[in-house]
Amino acid sequence: MTGTGLILLFGQSIQMFLVILLAPAITGIVRQVKARATRRQGAPIIQPYRDLYKLVKKETVVAETASWLFRVAPYAILAFTWVATALVPTFASGLMFNWAADVVALVALLGAARAILALAGMDVGTAFGGIGTSRELMIATLAEPAMLLVALTIALTAGTTRLPEIANFLVSQPMTVRVSLALALVALIIVALAENARIPIDNPATHLELTMVHEAMVLEYSGRHLAMIELAAQLKLVLYIALIVCLFVPFGMAPAQAGPGAWAVGLLVFVAKLVLGAALLGIWEASIAKMRVFRVGEFLGGAFVFAFLAILLAFVTREVMQ
Amino acid sequence: MIPAGLEWPLGGLAVAIALYVLAAGLAATLHRSRAALASVYPLALVAALIGAAANLWGVLANHHQGLVLPIGLPVIGLHISLDTLSAFFGLIINGGVAATALYGIGLDRARDLSPRIEPFFAIFAAAMNLVVLAGDAFSFLFFWELMSLTSWALVVARHDDAAARHAGHVYLVMAAMGTAALLFAFGTLAGASGTYDFAAMRSTSYGPLASAVILAATLAGAGSKAGIAPLHAWLPLAHPAAPSHVSALMSGVMTKVAIYAIIRVVFDLLGTPAWWWALPFLILGAATAVLGLLYAVLDCDLKRVLAYSTVENIGIIFVALGLALAFKSGGYTAAAAVALAAGLLHALNHSWFKSLLFLGAGAVLHATGRRSFDHLGGLIHRMPVTAALFLVGTLSISALPPFNGFVSEWLLFQAVLAGPVLPEAVLRFMSPAVGAMLALAAALAAATFVRVYGITFLGRPRSGQAAVAHETSRPQLMAMALLALLCAYGGLFGDVTVAMLQPILQRLAGAALPGTGTGPTAFSLVAFSADRSIYDAPTIAVFLLISGTLTSMLVHWLSGRKTRLAPAWDCGFPDPSPLTQYTASSLSQPIRRVYATSVFGVREEVDMPPPGDLRPARLTVWFTDYVWNWLYAAPAQWLVAVSARLNAIQFLSIRANLMMMFSALIILLLLAAVWL
Repeated sequence: MTGTGLILLFGQSIQMFLVILLAPAITGIVRQVKARATRRQGAPIIQPYRDLYKLVKKETVVAETASWLFRVAPYAILAFTWVATALVPTFASGLMFNWAADVVALVALLGAARAILALAGMDVGTAFGGIGTSRELMIATLAEPAMLLVALTIALTAGTTRLPEIANFLVSQPMTVRVSLALALVALIIVALAENARIPIDNPATHLELTMVHEAMVLEYSGRHLAMIELAAQLKLVLYIALIVCLFVPFGMAPAQAGPGAWAVGLLVFVAKLVLGAALLGIWEASIAKMRVFRVGEFLGGAFVFAFLAILLAFVTREVMQ
Repeated sequence: MIPAGLEWPLGGLAVAIALYVLAAGLAATLHRSRAALASVYPLALVAALIGAAANLWGVLANHHQGLVLPIGLPVIGLHISLDTLSAFFGLIINGGVAATALYGIGLDRARDLSPRIEPFFAIFAAAMNLVVLAGDAFSFLFFWELMSLTSWALVVARHDDAAARHAGHVYLVMAAMGTAALLFAFGTLAGASGTYDFAAMRSTSYGPLASAVILAATLAGAGSKAGIAPLHAWLPLAHPAAPSHVSALMSGVMTKVAIYAIIRVVFDLLGTPAWWWALPFLILGAATAVLGLLYAVLDCDLKRVLAYSTVENIGIIFVALGLALAFKSGGYTAAAAVALAAGLLHALNHSWFKSLLFLGAGAVLHATGRRSFDHLGGLIHRMPVTAALFLVGTLSISALPPFNGFVSEWLLFQAVLAGPVLPEAVLRFMSPAVGAMLALAAALAAATFVRVYGITFLGRPRSGQAAVAHETSRPQLMAMALLALLCAYGGLFGDVTVAMLQPILQRLAGAALPGTGTGPTAFSLVAFSADRSIYDAPTIAVFLLISGTLTSMLVHWLSGRKTRLAPAWDCGFPDPSPLTQYTASSLSQPIRRVYATSVFGVREEVDMPPPGDLRPARLTVWFTDYVWNWLYAAPAQWLVAVSARLNAIQFLSIRANLMMMFSALIILLLLAAVWL
């Protein structure tokens, strides 16, 4: 392996561990901001790390009716989410394995994690697992196509489905307002809220059967299994913020060849962008109420329509992508 | 001595077909003997393996062999032709037959064998092989009809079941109509000179009107066999009615023979495409994909859901073919190659995972005697191997990485993205719409199969039969394992299969897949070029494996504490009755509310007794199948009404009868006078 190859591999490893180490903190920031916005003191930002540690150390209780799938699922979900997150360009684009999957594959990797979680929700055979899976499937059938259309719109604009190339393209372009990208951004934000089980679609802080989706699916999990699932959810939040940042505000991202010096700058910018995104999410959550489950269809249907309009505009305005 | 023209690989196929026929003959003549019936499957397995090897050879060697046998119509003879396209579809056929025959070896001799199944199974396999080998219109139609009739016989094999009889009836009508339509297509292809030979048709050029007729007739004839909406109605009735291994063959393989017919006529015989040829493919394909899944996600019968999902997958293949036509007509051969590769690859992949799922459904049906979701559940505990293999099929058909369904969908999305090059505004507007429908279909497919798997294998058993189910026999598990391995192979090494398709793409799309072999590793799938799109499944799989294993090892080392088994938590109030679980209908209720209210005209009636009244509350849901009502039931009713009216002619008085004959004569004479 050449010297640059080694450096790129090193960068890729940094990214893999960076995202997973940062993930709990980002969730901590969201909670902290949300608490402050509602005039509460809130838990410290490092609380999610303590929670994860506590869960890992605790005894794991598995339902008698659970199968092997229930035990394997948390690790599989974490693996799929982690690999997907590792593929999004964060502080530098074009790292060692960024090429392995494009945006379409990224959406599919997240889809795989979701399918496994939905299956795990049904494994024990309780009413709560079913309710969560049922609602999650409905949300997924709306959010996933919207997400895919957003991905295709951006791919069309940049002329490639590869994320590093897209990021490079967007960085190199002069700052212009594109209608199709603006629509895509709106759709992507709605999808991100749905995918991360955030208000107004779901409430991550609830345990009330009428309102919960994600929490209902994972109700039977405990101990280290629950820790994996929580970590995967936190990773997913980082992924979506990173994705939005990479696609719509990619400024400050270092090219991979620039080397560790430029990476450090890119890293600082990236962390700042993540914190800002988390803070915005916290304020958003504090300022809006949750929707009824059957309203979600219309809300996400809106995302789908926005995404469709975006890709339609992209098709019509783009001359030739050869 | 081998007769001229019958060298390998065509000779191998001849041996395979002879073996199929031998097996059928043996079973038919000795139909009282269980051993003779059971011997069909080993013979068919050997035949299928020989055939598949010959097909693989034919594809890899880019072989073209033709042969005229002095049988069939006098003077014309029987044209046999093996080119790469035939060999590729032959590979789909013989691969599917091999798996289902292996499954058949494990059938229960005392319970499952019947002289109504085994002889037809072998002939059906031979007929499908012969359809793709046919080199002239007459033999094509003859073998096509043979394939239809043998599969019909298999559908009505369980004729004591009223549902199977109904399915057989509908299938027979649709198959007859399909063949009639194909007759029109080939009649027009034969042209004024009346040539039967495919080679001669290939060299003829057809005007727009003739092309339109051929296209419409082929879409109606072969499309109805493939299950394209709105001609799909027979498929979800007939495929599940057959024994499960035959369902696998019909859904996984026979629909591909129909796709072969369409590709053969539209891409090969009909000549250079016009841009509007793509329209019916794109519109019907996209509509079929979504409609098929909406049926599937709401249906409560395991095998019927699988059949509906076949309808969906055929829609996806149609979209791929439509895109390929659109690009080819505009001269964008590279994009056409990507789209056609996606279509062919999806045909191959679908034959693998759909066969796997149907065989799994057969194992479930055998173990529980139940097909309805309301009586299944918890089978992962009683049938662990089947459950694990079925999970592979589930992930594959849901187009999730790293399995094979995703590879073909990925290629298809790459083709959609090339849409803006198309010069026609209609097609340019249509490609994003088709892309949106495909995205919706992908998400709905995942929901459908999470539901199938979750209700059938997970949770607690919903019936006594499900609670005492047993694992299926070893050959059947081997058959499913073989298909699951193929699904994994197709998912990881999609580019190897695509490289195999290059000669077909070169010939039918006008260019080979441009990106093949330019990726960073030997197994990267590249559509157009490496800087535009790469999907490297092995790398992703390795990453997944490493990250999953590392995490679990780390966590287990960290936690150290043991795992305790306990009753389900269920928020503190667990109910021991399995009826408190979500059912298949309740699971899809939110999806039904969002999508099906308008598509199926769903009406809900809630009968909630007032407090104190001890009646049970009831929720009734009414569905309307508009396609069936308008396209099938209404014309059938109209036909019955008209024939009842015409029946009166039989009972006219002598005077009226004579009067009618006389006026008929006058009218005919008048017509003759005007015409001549």
